[in-house]
Formats: sequence, C-alpha cells, structure tokens
Amino acid sequence: MAFTQEKIERNVGWLIVLTLLVVSVGGLLEIVPLFFQKSTTTPVAGLKPYNAVQLAGRDIYIREGCNNCHSQMIRPFRAETERYGHYSVAGEFVYDHPFLWGSKRTGPDLARVGGRYSDEWHRIHLINPRAVVPESIMPAYPWLENAPVDNSTIQARMRTLRKLGVPYTDEEIAEAPKALQGKTELDVLIAYLQSLGLALKDRN
Amino acid sequence: MTDFVSSFWGYYVGIITLASIIGCAILLQSQSKRRVPGAKVETTGHVWDEDLQELNNPLPNWWRWLFYITIVFALGYLVFYPGLGFWEGTLGWSSAKRYEEEQRQAEQKFGPLYAKYAQMSIEEVAADPAAIAMGQNMYLNYCAQCHASDARGSKGFPNLTDNDWLYGGDPQTIVATITNGRNGVMPPLGAVLGSDGTRDVAHYVRSLSGLPHDSIRASRGKPLFAQNCAVCHGADGTGNKMLGAPNLTDNVWLYGSSEATIVETITKGRNNVMPAWKDFLGESKIHVLAAYIWSLSNTPPQRNPLAEPDKSEPGQAEPVKVGQSS
Repeated sequence: MAFTQEKIERNVGWLIVLTLLVVSVGGLLEIVPLFFQKSTTTPVAGLKPYNAVQLAGRDIYIREGCNNCHSQMIRPFRAETERYGHYSVAGEFVYDHPFLWGSKRTGPDLARVGGRYSDEWHRIHLINPRAVVPESIMPAYPWLENAPVDNSTIQARMRTLRKLGVPYTDEEIAEAPKALQGKTELDVLIAYLQSLGLALKDRN
Repeated sequence: MTDFVSSFWGYYVGIITLASIIGCAILLQSQSKRRVPGAKVETTGHVWDEDLQELNNPLPNWWRWLFYITIVFALGYLVFYPGLGFWEGTLGWSSAKRYEEEQRQAEQKFGPLYAKYAQMSIEEVAADPAAIAMGQNMYLNYCAQCHASDARGSKGFPNLTDNDWLYGGDPQTIVATITNGRNGVMPPLGAVLGSDGTRDVAHYVRSLSGLPHDSIRASRGKPLFAQNCAVCHGADGTGNKMLGAPNLTDNVWLYGSSEATIVETITKGRNNVMPAWKDFLGESKIHVLAAYIWSLSNTPPQRNPLAEPDKSEPGQAEPVKVGQSS
C-alpha cells in the first residue's frame, strides 16, 4: 500500500493535505450547500433591509452585548410560538451580517419583539428595566439616552453590507448620515428593536 | 425538502455522506486483523528517542463492534430521515411537519375548551375558575410586561384593577382594546400655552381632583383649559372614553399628579400605545383573556367571595406607582 501510516507521518505535505481533507468534510457537507439553497438565500416576502437608523441601532445592540442574553431565533415548538410568535425561518435573516441568533437565553427571545411594546415602554425599560418589570434582572442602560449616535461611519458600513448582498441604493446611503442627525443611541436602538421580526406577523 | 438551486447539490451531499460512511467501514475492516495468541506484539516499526516504540495492537473487539453498529444505525437513519440531499426519507419527517402535528394535537386538546368559552358571555367566562386560570396565564405572558404582574400598572401604563378606565371597562370594550390596540395621543401644548400658562393649567387640573393648588393660577388656568383641553377632556374635565382622554377629576393619574409631572405632560404631550393582539392571540383567546381582565375589577355573579378579595372598590387614590418613574 502506498499510504502506510509511516509514509503519512513522515511526509509533512501529505499529513497537511490529508488532515485538511478530513476536517473539512463536515464543513463541505453542512455549510457549503447552504449557499446554494433557496430557503437560506432568498428573503421571505416583505423582508426589508434595515434602514440607516435601524442599522445604527443594531450596532448599539451588538456593542452593548444584548445578544449575549437575548437570542433571536424562535424554534418550531408550540411552547415557543405561543410565547414569541411564528417560528423563525432562514429567509428572515438574509440581510443580517452577522446574524444574531444566539443559543443562550438569559432574557427572552427578541426575534419578534418588533411592535410588541410601545416605543415609550422600550425607552423606560432600557433606562431602568425595573421601572416597568420589577422582577427583571436585566442591567440598566441609562447612558444610551444621552449619547448622540455617531453618524460618521454609517455610509461605510452600508457600502460594506451592499458588497455582501444587502440591496441598499446609492440614495439610501447618501441620506444615511442625515437620518441619524440628532438621534440618540437610545432612539436608534429602539428603532432597531421595533423592526425585528415583522415579516411574519401571525403566530401560525 | 430540498430546495437547492440545482439538483447537483443534493447528490453532492448524498454521495459524500455515503462515501464517508462506507469509507469508515472499509477503514475499520482494513484495521480488523486478529492477534494470533502467543505471537509477539507488533510495533509500527519506528523508534523515537532511542527506545520509544509505538505498539500496533488490533482494535478491541467490543469497540470495533460498537463502531459497526453506529455505521448500521447511520445507514438506517438515512433511510428513514432526510439526511442525504436527494432523499427525503421514508418517514417524510421535517421540523415544520412536526410543529404542525404538535399544533394539531394542542388544537384537539384545547380547541373544544375555547369553543365552549366562546359560546359564553364574558361575565359567565369570568365566573369559571378554570378560564380565569387560563386568562391569568395569558396575562402573565403577554400583558404583565407593561401592566405589571399584579395588573396595577406603573407610570404611563394603566392600572387594570381599579375599575377606572380610559376607554371603558365593559366586556366588549376590553375585547376591542386587546384586539385592535389603542393609541392615546395628547398633543404637546407647551408652545401654545407658554411656560406660565402651562403652570396655570396644571394648577387648574390639580384643583379638579381637589389636590392642593394655587387658586390664582388655577383661576387663570380655567379659561386656558376651556380653550385648549376641553375638546378632549370635556368642559368639566371628566374625560372622553371615545378618545381615551382621561378623567381629570377622579384623582387617578396615569403619569402622576405632581405639578412637575402635569407640566411635563402638557408641555411635551403624551403618546400612549397599546399594541394590537388580533393577529397574535386571535378571537377565542382574547375572549378568555378579556374575561380575566374584566374579573380584576368586577365580581362575577357566582364567584366565591372568599377565594379572592374584592378589588372593585372605587375611588382609590394613587393607583399609579409614581415612585417608579424613570
């Protein structure tokens, strides 16, 4: 036999090639085909890319680590859909780079939090969660209210996302800094939260 | 199951999967030599660090057979379940189908119950302890985040237990509120009234509920109230349930009764939103939930008064948790 253990062990080239082959089988099988599957690459009907304000809010969401405690994926179990709404489908996340599905819930899932509460509720809740939910263990984020949102990088971020396939128009990118003018980080974060999961409205 | 852009990917997944499993079997087979009893233990032939050798014993039998069993299991699994890209499996399983089945079973179990309650009036449903337990579960899931787990609300979020209603507390109005949501808008009047006028109106509003106030300011505020506020809150300040304009004379406060809070309310206005639950809950659940909400401030006819204290005492002052303002 050509490939004796000894030959592979003593020839570092063969060792690298064969090791790579073995470890890549899982990825080649489970990841690569997803890029060629309609349900993971086609947006669901009615899905809109985040506008400049929501996108800035999403960056605040990531910066503050909201995704460490809040998942954004409703699994197809009745116990979850009764509480959160229609289970998440892949086509809802085609404009998310990166997606924020998460796998651990310290707080509730937020995949469909959009429209669930009023803007005012979010404002009070983010400044001090205990003001509306006395049982809450969520940290307070009072500084968001006084922090003006940085609009100097939003265009670069939108252009980057466009390279990844998010259909922003030149006009939308040109208008972006103006849309963020005068907004606080709290405003944009609430705008982001209110946009989540609106594509599928009913529970079933 | 497969919605690949071309059928190539189905075969790509299937063939690599099968080849990997068969490859494992061949590898296992090729390594399955038996040791001849009494023979010398083989080594791989290389020696490291002068005398370190690598023994080349055959695989233990129990381990080898476990491996064969996993291979058989994998092949069996791929026959029944979707794992090969081009083969859906004989069971036709999918997570969406399993979810639908779960929903169907729940519908079978709870459907008749909801149908029974749908036939009853909300007052009758409220007299059924089982329905109230269901309603409370729903309340804690969907409503408690704003109205609080004891349903007493907080600043800006109405108390549901005090029998004081913005839009009306009869069963049909409660159903309408849950179904379509509400949006109570008070326009900002700071620019119209000016800071002094705003304070005058605030004192007049406090006088309506008999709270301590500056009577000179209140008398100056009265005509301003008639011009700017009466159209929604009524000439006598008793509010308008059609608009959800609060009664200002009952000393029940949604945002708080202090002068500063009233001045803030008048200056900046208020936009109070209750989301609509029509799509999410549907009619039959809203019916039971509304019965629970109604029962919080009404005593249904046949209810045991010892089971729960009567919460319908009217005119309770300070139902709003002003201390929780942000």
